[in-house]
Amino acid sequence: MNHIVEMVDIRKEFPGVVACDDITFKVKKGEIHALLGENGAGKSTLMNILFGLYQQDSGSIYLRGDKVSITNPNIANDLGIGMVHQHFKLVHNFTVTENIILGLEPTKAFMINTRSAFARISDLSKQYGLNVDPDALISDISVGMQQRVEILKMLYRDAEILIFDEPTAVLTPQEVQEMMKIMRGLIDEGKTIILITHKLREIMAIADRCTVIRWGKVVGTVNTEDTSEEKLAEMMVGRKVLFELNKKEAHPRKEILSIEELSVSGSAGRKGLKNFTLGVRCGEIVGLAGIDGNGQKELVEAIIGLRKADSGRIMLGDEDISTLSIRERIETGLAHIPEDRHKHGLVLDYTVQENMILKTYYREPYSSKGLLDWSFIYEHAENVIRDFDIRAGEGADSLARSLSGGNQQKAIVGREIDSNPDLLIAVQPTRGLDVGAIEYIHQRLLEQRDQGKAVFMISLELDEILDLSDRIAVIYNGELVDIVDADKTDENEIGLMMAGGKRGVAT
Amino acid sequence: MKTKVRVKKDLYMSLFAVLLGLIAGAILMTATGNNPFDGFYFLFRGGLMNIERIGNTLATATPLIFAGLSVAFAFKTGLFNIGGAGQMLIGGLCATAIGLTFDWPKPILLSVILVAALIGGALWASLPGLLKARFNVHEVVSTIMMNWIAYWTVFYLVPQYFKGPFLETESQRIPAAASLKVPWLTSLFDGSYINLGIFLAVVFVAIIAFILERTTLGYELKAVGYNRDAAEAAGISVNRNIIFSMSIAGALAGLGGATFYVGFASNMQIGVLPAQGFDGIAVALLGANSPWGVFLAALFFGLLHTGKGFMNAMTSIPPEIADTIIATIIYFAATSVLIERNWDKINKIRLDFMIRKREAEQLEADSGGE
Repeated sequence: MNHIVEMVDIRKEFPGVVACDDITFKVKKGEIHALLGENGAGKSTLMNILFGLYQQDSGSIYLRGDKVSITNPNIANDLGIGMVHQHFKLVHNFTVTENIILGLEPTKAFMINTRSAFARISDLSKQYGLNVDPDALISDISVGMQQRVEILKMLYRDAEILIFDEPTAVLTPQEVQEMMKIMRGLIDEGKTIILITHKLREIMAIADRCTVIRWGKVVGTVNTEDTSEEKLAEMMVGRKVLFELNKKEAHPRKEILSIEELSVSGSAGRKGLKNFTLGVRCGEIVGLAGIDGNGQKELVEAIIGLRKADSGRIMLGDEDISTLSIRERIETGLAHIPEDRHKHGLVLDYTVQENMILKTYYREPYSSKGLLDWSFIYEHAENVIRDFDIRAGEGADSLARSLSGGNQQKAIVGREIDSNPDLLIAVQPTRGLDVGAIEYIHQRLLEQRDQGKAVFMISLELDEILDLSDRIAVIYNGELVDIVDADKTDENEIGLMMAGGKRGVAT
Repeated sequence: MKTKVRVKKDLYMSLFAVLLGLIAGAILMTATGNNPFDGFYFLFRGGLMNIERIGNTLATATPLIFAGLSVAFAFKTGLFNIGGAGQMLIGGLCATAIGLTFDWPKPILLSVILVAALIGGALWASLPGLLKARFNVHEVVSTIMMNWIAYWTVFYLVPQYFKGPFLETESQRIPAAASLKVPWLTSLFDGSYINLGIFLAVVFVAIIAFILERTTLGYELKAVGYNRDAAEAAGISVNRNIIFSMSIAGALAGLGGATFYVGFASNMQIGVLPAQGFDGIAVALLGANSPWGVFLAALFFGLLHTGKGFMNAMTSIPPEIADTIIATIIYFAATSVLIERNWDKINKIRLDFMIRKREAEQLEADSGGE
């Protein structure tokens, strides 16, 4: 048998959900096998079972032909299975070496022997072309480098089967290319890779085979040579996917958001915002393109009120909101889909219905005289759940934590759009989401626009900016480079402006 | 509204911690050469054998309910109130001072005493809240410091202004009009320490439960506790809620102080931080931070405290065993994560067993059919 991993009839149930419904999944030695599915389809659960974080309710796992019982991640490690999680598990004030040896520190007379580890990590880094400095502090290196540290961690533990959970979700386009090179290098060295992802383009580019999961069931396993992005998407979602958005012509009206000469100082190590001027009109989507860390965060925080402006004005309609409190700005008609849904978007230990009223709980009809009206709140949440197709095991009573990422994001989008805002600020609205959810959220943003509302979208995904925006503003080094009409530009031009080049100069 | 599963799980977890604590106590009793069944018999008999003992159990539990409620409430906003002892002292000081100074009819005097204790505790705890909100001073540090400030304040004020007739180290006895003890209740419970405090405690448990579940204030406080950043981004004033939460926690502890110093006791000793202030942390832990959970946990601890003397008198088991049981329960409640994991495992084994049994039955039925 040339299958290195065989998971046969794996079943796992959670309260109200069958996460894995008798899934059979087989991986050949030396291949890159992609595991594709929408959020909540069960792919992460399946991999967590293989890695020993969960136990299957029934079914068996065979490694190299032998039946194994993986009851915790240590056993998985011993069996040569390693996992790079979507959210890295690193100690930020430790060095690369210290992080890698954490848990199996080599000792010499009760002292940690970092030197021997250091040498081995340097060798591994060279062997696989990872280019990691073993002495660097985690807090000093980029996200892309941190991911490589996670890879080194697996290699240091002699893992043969490497599970990557959405590895490119946090990377820039250049880093994605690098990552693909690294993966090929790993295969050349005899490793096997299981790639959890929902990015079709990457699967087509790098994977040998692909298993598609939908609603906890295997739809099929295909060779990437014999398939296409469209076919994979159809298998994943269960229907034809529109790659072209249904985008009508925009009818922009008066300006609703006017940012005038805004200057904001950045947090330590980040650039602030310098004399930034930009307007967003009703009935249009303005996209802000730029490389991460060029002042987008400061701009958003200044608009919603989390950060003080040094100078300049922010006008919403006829009102200067730059000195108002966060709540007053919300009441003026501002809604915000935050970049980090766990940090700023949701209270994870609150139920869905409690999260739905996070910005409105103090108002009628959600409460009166300080008393919450739970039956109304419940009904309201159920309506939003229905309108925005949020899938939650226990409906409005589900803990936000128990929802998949895509459904958490839909819950936030639902809450913000439901408040009928004049201006919706959407920061990375589809980050880490699957095709189905992305398509859905894009459609809702366009709907907002078509209803004459304004949408200001900040995204690091150039495709998203180009697809959705009516006008595209580019930010570089805290300053506005230029603002252009979306139908009169292309990826190349925007790319050059993102690096600071003025329009027309490069061409 | 709240998922019932969660509440049930918390309840099982707490009961499990209690059970493990009792088992640990039994092992200790056996190890010291005593019969654990006798031990537990007299321990519980000591707290429940007659109406007077029951009254004493309730009276002992009363300050614990308030202290536990105080810790649990602050914890809902993500604050760790270690200052229960100091807030109790200040509440008790306010109550004693008013009780010894004014000569009003009992209903008026008691009302003023309770309001003063409530305000005193609230103000005392609002300071750490203010420091946290304004300068991000960690409340654990500042509340511990406030404990010692309260300790020395009482140490100075009581001998200076309210000195007792015989001893430098205690205040005068408060007059009957200033005491939460009332004759009808005392005689109903055959001369026990029980006082009006227990009714007050029940009322406040209900009020706090109501605030947390039904009001916008409770919603805000919990939102800040669960996720400060999201609450702030949604327009909730985090700083205001921190101060609010600490003040309410302090008010509860202050009332607890009143029920202790002018209810359970009749004067104030100097140089003692009331242990209930710290026991409140254990009560909140065992009660899973829910108001009614705190109520039950406090009653249980009250029972153990009241019964341990009797156990000691009737057997050769030292009363420290009861303290050990309490300590063990705290450990098990604190490591509830561990218990939870094992709980899931037990459940799984049970499920496996049921599946296997069903399969076996199926097999039997199939073969019987042939």
